[in-house]
Amino acid sequence: MQSTYRLTRYFVSTFILFAGFFAGFTVKAQDGKTLFQTNCASCHQVHKKLTGPALAGVEERWPNKKNLYAWIRNSAAFLKTGDAYANNLYNEYNKVAMTAFPNLTDQEIDAMLAYIKSVPAPGAAAPGGAAVAAAAQEGDNSLLFGVLTLILAVVALTLLQVNSNLKKMADEKEGIVPEKPVSFFRNKSNIAFLSIILFLIGGYYTTKGAMNLGRSTDYQPEQPIYYSHKVHAGINQINCQYCHTGVYQGKQATIPSVNVCMNCHQAINEYKGEKLYSEDGKEIDGTNEIKKLYKYAGFVEGKPWDPSAAKPIEWVRIHNLPDHVYFNHAQHVNAGKVACQTCHGEIQKMGEVKQFSNLSMGWCVNCHRETKVQFKDNGFYSIYEKYHQDLKTGKLDSTRGITVEKIGGTECQKCHY
Amino acid sequence: MYPSGELDYIMEQKKHWQSFGELNQSAAYNKDVKDEFREELPAVEENSGWLEAKAPRRDFLKYLGFSTAAAAAAASCEIPVKKAIPLANKPEEYVPGIAKFYATTFVQDGDAVSILAKVRDGRPIKIEGNDLSPINGNGTSARVQASVLDLYDTARLRFPLINGQEATFEAVDKEAAKAIGGNVVLLTSTITSPTTREAINQFLAKNPGSRWVTYDAISYSGMLLANESSFGKKAIPSYHFDKARVIVSIQADFLGTWLSPIEFARQYAVGKKINEKQPDMSRHIHFESVPSLTGSNADEKFLIRPSETGAVAVALLSAVNGQEVTGIADAAVKKAIQKTAAALLASKGAALVVCQSNDVNVQLVVNAINQAVGANGSTINWATTLQVRQGIDADMAQLVADMAAGKVDTLLVHGANPAYTWPQANAFREALKKVKTTISFAGKLDETAELCRIVVPDHHFLESWGDAEPKSGYYSFIQPTIYPLFKTRQWQDSLLKWAGASSDYLTLLKNFWGAKLGGDTGWDKALQEGVLNPAIAAVGGASFNGAGVAAAVTAISSSKRGSAVELVLYEKIAIGAGQGTANPWLQELPDPVTRATWDNYVIVSPAMARKLLQIDLNNGGQADAYEVNPPKKVVKVTCNGQSVELPALIIPGTHPDTIGIALGYGRSEKLGKSVIGTGKNAYPFTAVEGTTVSRHQLNAEVSVTGATYPVALTQTHNRYDTEQGNRTEVMKELTLAEYKHHPTEIREERQKELEPWGGLENFEKQGTIYPVYDRPGIRWGMSVDLNACNGCGACVVACSAENNVSVVGKPEVLRGHEMHWLRIDRYYSGDMDNPNVVFQPLMCQHCDNAPCENVCPVAATNHSSEGINQMTYNRCIGTRYCANNCPYKVRRFNWADYTGADSFGDNQRGIVNDVVMEMNDDLTRMVLNPDVTVRSRGVIEKCSFCIQRLQESKLKAKKESRPLSDSDIKVACQQACPTEAIVFGNANDSHSAISISRKENPNRQFYVLEQLHVLPNVTYLAKVRNIEEKTEA
Repeated sequence: MQSTYRLTRYFVSTFILFAGFFAGFTVKAQDGKTLFQTNCASCHQVHKKLTGPALAGVEERWPNKKNLYAWIRNSAAFLKTGDAYANNLYNEYNKVAMTAFPNLTDQEIDAMLAYIKSVPAPGAAAPGGAAVAAAAQEGDNSLLFGVLTLILAVVALTLLQVNSNLKKMADEKEGIVPEKPVSFFRNKSNIAFLSIILFLIGGYYTTKGAMNLGRSTDYQPEQPIYYSHKVHAGINQINCQYCHTGVYQGKQATIPSVNVCMNCHQAINEYKGEKLYSEDGKEIDGTNEIKKLYKYAGFVEGKPWDPSAAKPIEWVRIHNLPDHVYFNHAQHVNAGKVACQTCHGEIQKMGEVKQFSNLSMGWCVNCHRETKVQFKDNGFYSIYEKYHQDLKTGKLDSTRGITVEKIGGTECQKCHY
Repeated sequence: MYPSGELDYIMEQKKHWQSFGELNQSAAYNKDVKDEFREELPAVEENSGWLEAKAPRRDFLKYLGFSTAAAAAAASCEIPVKKAIPLANKPEEYVPGIAKFYATTFVQDGDAVSILAKVRDGRPIKIEGNDLSPINGNGTSARVQASVLDLYDTARLRFPLINGQEATFEAVDKEAAKAIGGNVVLLTSTITSPTTREAINQFLAKNPGSRWVTYDAISYSGMLLANESSFGKKAIPSYHFDKARVIVSIQADFLGTWLSPIEFARQYAVGKKINEKQPDMSRHIHFESVPSLTGSNADEKFLIRPSETGAVAVALLSAVNGQEVTGIADAAVKKAIQKTAAALLASKGAALVVCQSNDVNVQLVVNAINQAVGANGSTINWATTLQVRQGIDADMAQLVADMAAGKVDTLLVHGANPAYTWPQANAFREALKKVKTTISFAGKLDETAELCRIVVPDHHFLESWGDAEPKSGYYSFIQPTIYPLFKTRQWQDSLLKWAGASSDYLTLLKNFWGAKLGGDTGWDKALQEGVLNPAIAAVGGASFNGAGVAAAVTAISSSKRGSAVELVLYEKIAIGAGQGTANPWLQELPDPVTRATWDNYVIVSPAMARKLLQIDLNNGGQADAYEVNPPKKVVKVTCNGQSVELPALIIPGTHPDTIGIALGYGRSEKLGKSVIGTGKNAYPFTAVEGTTVSRHQLNAEVSVTGATYPVALTQTHNRYDTEQGNRTEVMKELTLAEYKHHPTEIREERQKELEPWGGLENFEKQGTIYPVYDRPGIRWGMSVDLNACNGCGACVVACSAENNVSVVGKPEVLRGHEMHWLRIDRYYSGDMDNPNVVFQPLMCQHCDNAPCENVCPVAATNHSSEGINQMTYNRCIGTRYCANNCPYKVRRFNWADYTGADSFGDNQRGIVNDVVMEMNDDLTRMVLNPDVTVRSRGVIEKCSFCIQRLQESKLKAKKESRPLSDSDIKVACQQACPTEAIVFGNANDSHSAISISRKENPNRQFYVLEQLHVLPNVTYLAKVRNIEEKTEA
């Protein structure tokens, strides 16, 4: 008895130890990438110079880790210590001070460094960028149905033919003189049948066409500046939120103001990446596009920038919702944890942005019917006690979960008021 | 249980009527409540076939052709290119689409209310109370709510004027430097700002021999002078209606317009709210001549002549001193005074007497009464004084005399508008001509500014810096919430500039407060909070000197009493002394007492109507003729050599020999479209009597002119049928004695009524063939305490501001087309000549079994899982079946394009009036709430429980990953209410205020028209009136 108890205790404590270890490890690995993308990605890349140096091998470059920590937390303060490496680096990068991150812990920095190490050099292996969930391919059975329909139609026609032949034979046998056959196109029932078919087909296409009035999927207007999401969000991995600051907080995701662009582009004044092409195949001079930004910003290279000289950029609006629709980005991105790409498509692969979804009400509602809310993770939903109970008892299908519709997300006044 | 006579009395008290037609069950009333629509439908000729009808085949083809062409045109149209323009430099703390709230202060003449201004994308769009203020707290008034619209008033001055011509500030400053000189007088309304006083002092110091005159349109001179005599302080003390168990008001409308009404309404509600376990409430006895909001809320109300005001005060003084009551002819009033005195003495130390009179002697007597009942130091607090009115009429009279004598060389005017409000306005205008330099700081070209040579428009308060001290030691700060829209300048800056000061007003303000609050940090904190309150609220009395009382009593006894008709000039709660006349929201707000909009009129009693107008309201036919037709008989009132012709309204609760006219109307057309054709000026009837301005006249001649004039009364709009004829299922009222005696009376009544369907318990299930639905998560609910609601109308304006409710203008109100989502129904009960009044705010009841929902052919109105009766404007095709089927008549139809939402401009021209067109101006439209759809013509709308606020609060909770709490949600009407009569929240949450309120008040709670089984989500708490305890068991 006694020994069993001891054994159990031994197992339990070992288990706890291991569990703790693994848990700690997983958290670390996950965090590195997130932390890097939130804090560093707007100025640094792993294998490429951006506003700041490429970070691959950063640990080896720095004489000791303590200095590196100090530098990351507050570069300006560290510069004052007179460290030669730091000062050289500062001068090399046009004396652009690195943002201070006083809140990062050593572990967090280590996590980021671990992530940096884990990113393979381009060419060495496939890039480990964010894998974006493509829209799930639905099983397409239309071909099968088509073939089946065809076979059935042929069978039906054959049977009809056989039937009519048999009738003819029977009639002949009984001596009934067949009526003079009416030609196919004169046959009134045929005419009626055909016109109904034509009406249905015509009606279907008219309705379909009319429903698309005012919708503008694939709308891709020319913008005042050729701004490439592919270059920024795709190749350079800048977090969406760095520019679209409102997306977590408010209705609008917000298009960044000129000063946000200039945070990086004061230092990045030329484009040296892969060649850019507009939608109609013209080559785009990236450096020239940056110059356009400078014009709006009132920035003269080599001189300090005066933000008050900036003028707003008049972008052409792509995603338009009618005035009687209320849409809130924070609700979807922050509370609902919906990825940008769900509605905007693979934005990180687009040159100039084009409208991916048709933004129709049917599209909204369909998604609300299928998408699950963060029912267990978000404390707000704790008030739906009955659903929680039903999920536990299995009364509600837990794989289907609690959809937006289930908590009233398809009701009129959720979006129209 | 009751003696039979008493029972009749009680039943009489319980019978409520909304209109005279209902009282008489007249033909017109019965037709009206049964009719499907208020208006005739466009006629379709009968007995003719479809092809021969007035809209025949050819019209059909026309429509067909047009719609095909339109569809083709629409199809070939390109979608317009829209721009998305971000800021050039976005401030870090600003997120587009998220509102910010700035603490600031509503300042209008002497009034100062601490508020929060909701700023959306740089535009202030809504005003809320600042709950850090112990004076007004969350509460606001209709005028405070509407003041945001004044910011976007198209009639505001857009640049300075010299001789009526546009000028630059440089030119104005140069001109002022040259012109200001000689005897300089600065004329202002009451100023409570310490820093403004500092700026004024600097200006006065620069001009030796100059002086500053304070003048209030509605002055409290009599009170100030009486207090100087009684207490040695020319000031007004703070009042504590919350601490008073017995409140006596003689003509004072302290819930509506008297001194500091928001504060008083808040305090008053404290004494009126009932704890069901220990039911007790304060008692309010009211003496008045013309029905006021406060009188309507009183437990007991007695009608007196205006000239009897002093006599009533004297009689009450005698009675509380244990002497015989003399000098009162009316036996009922005499008895009432004796009863009142007994009640006051019984609550010694918790009693309060207030009086509106501007007569020094009357106020001296009132001071003596308050001293006798121990109010001094308990309900009247001299340690903190109320500073909102400081003007002394005699100073103003002296100024006019000086001006006329040519003794004033320069006159600068801010706030005051004597060319309109001074009793002898013409004398003032004449005298003004003798002043060499006249400068006005008015933001709009008012009657006085019009006559001034130089006009340097002041900022609106939402564009200004500043401070205010409405009560001594209680400061409230003003910070700008928007960059000035026009070329205007703060008037303090002008004063400082002309005084040759080195710093501007903002620097002065910052230095002044920086020195007191410990530099920038302290100042920033004060600005952020908006208020600065004393650590401990000081309460104390003042030593009373009764020396003047005997003389005052003698003076009152020998004063003239009216024998014929007397005239009272009163303030309306929305219009005030005229500050609200140019504001369309305030003009369209039905006056709580008369339920009239857009006009002033002569109030007469039912008794006078019988004699003068030949209308007997107890005669069904005559009452109908009066009530159903908007044109009212015009009467000519002549008094004191002045006369005015206005329509007469019959309002029960008016003294038979008194008429009343509201001040503030008949203003200069330069103030905006709202003042044109609305009402007439009654200020000429005021008079300087002795040292103060009197607002009543003894001998008024009233004659019928034979003409008629339409008045847009809303009382008879949206009537609804109640089957049983006495509205017991709509309005429940009982006396405190009854309630104590039989607390469950209302509950039992309901139980009895619902007996056939399983009683209260099973009514929901058994009363219907529909299934009962689950309501997981949230179920919104509202409760309105009719004891706390005083009918002030702040909620109605707040609702309009929050929900972009259109102003429709007088012609449309006349047709019953007003759009208010929330209306306050006024019910009378009891005696026609002096009835009891109850107010009932009625909005969409969000019925769980809503009759509107199942008649909509396009499902534009349906139910949400959170218990909201939803309205989808884009689905609505305008059949109005829902409005017809709504038992409460709370749905509103957009009869015309009031908002300019249609694409075709011609849908407005010639159809809506100038006021509505003005509301559609690009400038005025800046006040619209961007989170609420602007409705177009042809759709129904109604209360949405401020769905945009609910959605926002839910999102806030989701972002923070926590359940909703009460503090997240406040609907607009609830937030504006100064008495917290409205409770709102999630009824599924047992800890929410709404659940607690419903649980704690099972006996007073009721649903309007409960027996219909529409299952409303709005509950009401029955009105309890503390009348004398007749039925002590």
